Amino acid sequence: MSMRVNGDLHEIGLEPRVSLLDALRDHLGLTGSKKGCDQGTCGACTVWVQGRPVLACLTLAVACEDREITTIEGIAPADGLHPVQRAFIEHDAFQCGYCTSGQIMSAVALLRDGGAETDDEIAEYMSGNICRCAAYPNIRAAIREVRDADLETSGRA
Amino acid sequence: MRPLGYTRVSTVDTAVAAVGADATSTFLAGGTTEVDLIRLGVSRPDVLVDINSLPLKEIAYTNDGGLRIGALARMSDVARSPEVTYNFPALSQSLLLGASEQLRNMASMGGNLCQRTRCAYFRDAVSPCNKREPGTGCSALDGLNRGHAVLGTSEQCIATHPSDAGVAMVAFDAIVHTVGPSGARSIPIDDFYLLPGASPDVEHPLEHGELIVGIEVPPAPSARRSLYLKFRDRQSYEFALVSVAAAIEVREGRVADVRLALGGVGTKPWRARRAEVALTGGPATPQAFANAAAHELEPASPRRYNAFKVPMAQRAMVRALTRAMNGGA
Ligand SMILES: Cc1cc2nc3c(=O)[nH]c(=O)nc-3n(C[C@H](O)[C@H](O)[C@H](O)COP(=O)(O)OP(=O)(O)OC[C@H]3O[C@@H](n4cnc5c(N)ncnc54)[C@H](O)[C@@H]3O)c2cc1C
Ligand code: SF4
Ligand code: FES
Ligand code: FES
Repeated sequence: MSMRVNGDLHEIGLEPRVSLLDALRDHLGLTGSKKGCDQGTCGACTVWVQGRPVLACLTLAVACEDREITTIEGIAPADGLHPVQRAFIEHDAFQCGYCTSGQIMSAVALLRDGGAETDDEIAEYMSGNICRCAAYPNIRAAIREVRDADLETSGRA
Repeated sequence: MRPLGYTRVSTVDTAVAAVGADATSTFLAGGTTEVDLIRLGVSRPDVLVDINSLPLKEIAYTNDGGLRIGALARMSDVARSPEVTYNFPALSQSLLLGASEQLRNMASMGGNLCQRTRCAYFRDAVSPCNKREPGTGCSALDGLNRGHAVLGTSEQCIATHPSDAGVAMVAFDAIVHTVGPSGARSIPIDDFYLLPGASPDVEHPLEHGELIVGIEVPPAPSARRSLYLKFRDRQSYEFALVSVAAAIEVREGRVADVRLALGGVGTKPWRARRAEVALTGGPATPQAFANAAAHELEPASPRRYNAFKVPMAQRAMVRALTRAMNGGA
């Protein structure tokens, strides 16, 4: 089958049982997406399919033929970090870092789509990304910073 | 590991034919239930028929002001569509209070209605469980049953149905449209969910290969001020201990129309008909709400760890009715 990940087309042979997460990590060497629970409860495996955050562990790779996949490896410009990545570093929005790529994939989609006006809205949208180190306040701070910076550059603040 | 076949179909007829012709095959929509249960060894299909390319994603008003929702519309799209948020807020809220953003982006409405119970004995693939392996017994009866049902139970199974959207759908008298090997039909949602009785493995009247193509929600005057309340162990991303969908219309102090359904307490999304009958035509007072709620829970058969659900459900009903009467959320 062929799969387009971060703009690159890959030809791979996979059993139908293989999850998108295992395909990315074990077959394409894209190990940024993490396996926490492998049953849809933690969000560490969050990637985008057709631009929308989904759980790669409950997605079958075969079902992604002709779909556009984006992983943490694909969100930054070639010469640096995505603003959300930078904000996560500045705000110490992680300890062990295991949940971080999933957090960032959700956060970037949230900021793109809007709906991060209040802390409650951020918390609700991000509730599918569990952080065992409980870095939640700092994650929210990072998201707020990028939100406010976006507002300034777009002249709405 | 057993091999698993996969095929993607692009028309309703080929989907029905593919699954209908093969007793070991099943439909795959968002996969958030099916892939999980395959990995756990609870579901063991030989072939997955991927229906995600079927043109069943519409969310639109019907001519009479009701809703028509395609079986493959995603939970997140339905929750945020203006048609739903404006005229059926309880449905939108029930979807947004379920699962997580990622899961809602994946999960389809048809799959949501068909999702399986979260009973831990059902999901562990080894404990005796009549729903998974008919005739093996029910481990929950005398086991850890804090999350289990108190209404509609049988000695064979006390598992709750976990769908939140199903609760709102039951309150609104939704109709499930299907196409199967023997043709098309429409099933009132209350008949779409079966009580466990002596055969808890059979949850729906669907024949093998029968595909849900859409869900219709008829118009209801009170629906615009409906609401959905969900009570659970943590604030977000958790199944309900108790939930309530409620809509009420009061004229001159009397209850003219009331819709009430419960989640988390029944073996199926539970239309609270006893309470509705008790309320209709009577006064819309807190005491009347409390009496009706108590009447609904009268047939409850609580077990060792879930008895708290009986008073909790009653208080939740009173709160939901009071809020709905005062103009919604
Ligand atoms: C961690 C987690 C938390 C969750 N929390 C909640 C919650 O709080 N509230 C809630 O309501 N739900 C919750 N869910 C459940 C989720 O909503 C369901 O798994 C989802 O709606 C199923 O839809 P799907 O499209 O992914 O179905 P699939 O997994 O693809 O299919 C499920 C079943 O339905 C059948 N099926 C699918 N579509 C059709 C069709 N059109 N016709 C006939 N049969 C069909 C399939 O064959 C399969 O047997 C949660 C799930 C997870 C994993
Ligand atoms: S409650 Fe139902 S699903 Fe749970 S163990 Fe008993 S039979 Fe199985
Ligand atoms: S690994 Fe996918 S949700 Fe936990
Ligand atoms: S930083 Fe450790 S799990 Fe989130």
